[in-house]
Amino acid sequence: MADLSTDFVGIKSPNPFWLASAPPTDKEYNVRRAFEAGWGGVVWKTLGLDPHVVNVNGPRYGVIHGADRRVLGINNIELITDRPLEVNLREIKAVKRDYPDRAMVVSVMVPCEEWAWKEILPKVEETGADGIELNFGCPHGMSERGMGSAVGQVPEYIEMVARWCKQTTRMPVIVKLTPNITDIRHPARAAHAGGADAVSLINTINSITSVNLDAMCPEPMIDGKGSHGGYCGAAVKPIALNMVAEIARDPATAGLPISGIGGVTTWRDAAEFLALGAGSVQVCTAAMTYGFGIIKELTAGLSEWMDRAGYDNIAAVTGRAVPNVSDWKNLNLNYVTKARIDQDLCIKCGRCYAACEDTSHQAIGMGPDRTFEVIDAECVACNLCVNVCPVQDCITMERLPAGATDPRTGRVVPAEFGDWTTHPNNPAAHAAE
Amino acid sequence: METGRTTPGVVAGRLPPDAYETNFADLHPRYDPHEAHVAADRCYFCYDAPCITACPTAIDIPLFIRQIATGLPEAAARTIFDSNILGGMCARVCPTETLCEEACVREAAEGKPVEIGRLQRYATDTLIGAGVHPYTRAAPTGRRIAVIGAGPGGLSCAHGLARRGHDVTVFEARPRPGGLNEYGIASYKTPDGFAQKEVAWLMQIGGITIEYGAEIGRDRSFDDIRAAHDAVFIGNGLRGVNALGLDGEDMAGVEDAVDFIARLRQAGDRAALPVGRDVVVIGGGMTAVDAAIQARLLGAQNVTMVYRRGAERLNASVYEQNLAQINGVRLITGAVPVRLHGDRAVERVEFAYTSDEGGRLVTMNDGFWLPADQVLKAIGQVMQPLTADPEAALDLDGTKLRTAGTGAVPSHPGVFAGGDCTASGEALTVTAVAQGRDAAAAIHDYLTDAQPAQKEPA
Repeated sequence: MADLSTDFVGIKSPNPFWLASAPPTDKEYNVRRAFEAGWGGVVWKTLGLDPHVVNVNGPRYGVIHGADRRVLGINNIELITDRPLEVNLREIKAVKRDYPDRAMVVSVMVPCEEWAWKEILPKVEETGADGIELNFGCPHGMSERGMGSAVGQVPEYIEMVARWCKQTTRMPVIVKLTPNITDIRHPARAAHAGGADAVSLINTINSITSVNLDAMCPEPMIDGKGSHGGYCGAAVKPIALNMVAEIARDPATAGLPISGIGGVTTWRDAAEFLALGAGSVQVCTAAMTYGFGIIKELTAGLSEWMDRAGYDNIAAVTGRAVPNVSDWKNLNLNYVTKARIDQDLCIKCGRCYAACEDTSHQAIGMGPDRTFEVIDAECVACNLCVNVCPVQDCITMERLPAGATDPRTGRVVPAEFGDWTTHPNNPAAHAAE
Repeated sequence: METGRTTPGVVAGRLPPDAYETNFADLHPRYDPHEAHVAADRCYFCYDAPCITACPTAIDIPLFIRQIATGLPEAAARTIFDSNILGGMCARVCPTETLCEEACVREAAEGKPVEIGRLQRYATDTLIGAGVHPYTRAAPTGRRIAVIGAGPGGLSCAHGLARRGHDVTVFEARPRPGGLNEYGIASYKTPDGFAQKEVAWLMQIGGITIEYGAEIGRDRSFDDIRAAHDAVFIGNGLRGVNALGLDGEDMAGVEDAVDFIARLRQAGDRAALPVGRDVVVIGGGMTAVDAAIQARLLGAQNVTMVYRRGAERLNASVYEQNLAQINGVRLITGAVPVRLHGDRAVERVEFAYTSDEGGRLVTMNDGFWLPADQVLKAIGQVMQPLTADPEAALDLDGTKLRTAGTGAVPSHPGVFAGGDCTASGEALTVTAVAQGRDAAAAIHDYLTDAQPAQKEPA
């Protein structure tokens, strides 16, 4: 059976699933129950200096629902812990003492001044925690006070604070990055330059989930006003995966450990983060939606898949897909496919036809008896029909073999690789001389 | 001894008093908003959707379901009513399992179609329940049109005409409007007086008058009606009932299923309705099923439905057959009644097995007996001629009226027809609504293009 135990920058946990710094890890009661349920670790809800912050007393969350009120995404306007520092430290210490095999990482957010970090880190260290995570990500509330994403958006600050922390504590330092930035590689490089042991990402995305059209106010609405919040959950996974991959394949940060965060809901999501370079994953929204019990599906599923796929341990999965994350210019333009519709599986809904006819290349014909067939002479293999088809594997993309003629272009499919860098239409392409 | 299920004879009060309300409650209660959202979300919004094609009134089903999904059931209702003004009743009584829901691609995919009928009810109930009529009448044209029959076809036509500004008088033989919606459909499909509520809601368009107790050919002459109006729509359904043609049909306990159903629908207190202990229903259509199930629901101990041909020829849908069997109705196919036995009241029915020999039904010598204190005949209804004068008689196609595509009766200019009395389309509420709607458009064209120059002198 696959070994799920994880060693992430020296922080050990029985599995790679940590609860992210958020309400589920705000206090001892929750974390004990999470550990009993089987979670590999937690990142304790972000600590700050006293006097502790206060939270709004109205709604803190907005939501995007799918079918049957399935939670696709949540945004929040909650701040860091609103309990006294001393209480949190005492609880962290007690839990770590009772669960020595679990990862106990503590999230920290204090003003961007050296004295503040030097003041709080020894207190955290004294709890016996395994590591710290610098919260440079929260995009709401704290950012207005020069903390959270206000720091994460300035690579120089990231480097500076990371360096202070490394100088101050023995604990591994993980820098949590904000996605509210143009190019995620720059803050990651800064963390690396500052000596951080790892980065974790993504924190939440600036968002307004919905507008109350009666009150003409964004949700969540606090007495007639709303504020942008941080978006998370399954909806943000594609953004998170890309950012993780960007850092993993950046030569400047190659090998920098990554804790993947953003919409991990099932074992498959976790496997995808691992494949793109993550060494552990953090989960929040799924737990907030379904409770701690999902850890059983996450661990059992990941283990089952690793056994089937032949991966012995987490390290064997980490980064496995990174070599195949490429630039567009390196994609093989001689790879020619055509959509194929399996008539036995087709239920004749016509969504492929509507999508192609109205919005794409008019490459699907509708025959009598609602028979839908691909017109190869028009099909550019865009995949939209595959995406909108409600039946899995009913429409597939089949490759034209080398030597076949593409009826759309009239050109014979070459056997050799050919990308944009050598394409005759590319003004920058130079023939070898 | 107290009256119960096993009490012999045709008696009332076989069940405990509170059982009747339970038994005749809504077959498919209305969705609550959450149920509707979940059900609506299953719709794929198909291109040129098969459900629309399968609907005789061609309601834009994907559109109305999408409107439910986006939180505007009132808009969904308008989409439905634009095509089918009796969309509320059709949502309840349509055999959706052989129409839209049979065509639903999710039926092909999963054997579980989008529940279009229940979604339609959810949508239409919002406007009808609120008493909001979404249409306004055009300026009066001064044209007067007679509609014969206040059933689904007649009401649909009347609404279409009134909306266009014409004045409509509906001649209805019975004391209440609705036709089969009011008199001919099982109670559990349309409880709580919905048929009357719907007509009242439909009448809000204005310009429609209904004369009750006005049977054409008995109380009023067809020719007089025709002469007094600019056009006539015939939607009087099938008012005659086929007989078994056996001795003893006049015995007590033997009656037409349509009368049994009508009595049930009009009953204030179902506990007061007599029903047999051993009920035999003869026929294989929806009327037979509705009568058989309701006989069980009234407390009959044994209800047997006997159809002369094989099961594959039953007119009642598989869903209806299953519903009958769930309700404890025994279904026998391939047998015909050959004799009714009894003294003054029926006591048993003698059946012979049949054999289908190349489409021809042959009665065998072998058979069986069923005890019966009540026999309900449901072997088909027939059209009654509107006039006894053979000269004035309307053209028939078989036993029903011959109509052109628009509902026009070719032999009689200015006369149109729709619904069960015509030879076109299936004998369904929704078909009648479609034909009434289309005839209203055709009558309007006829009046605005052809009148008055081409009108024949009365």
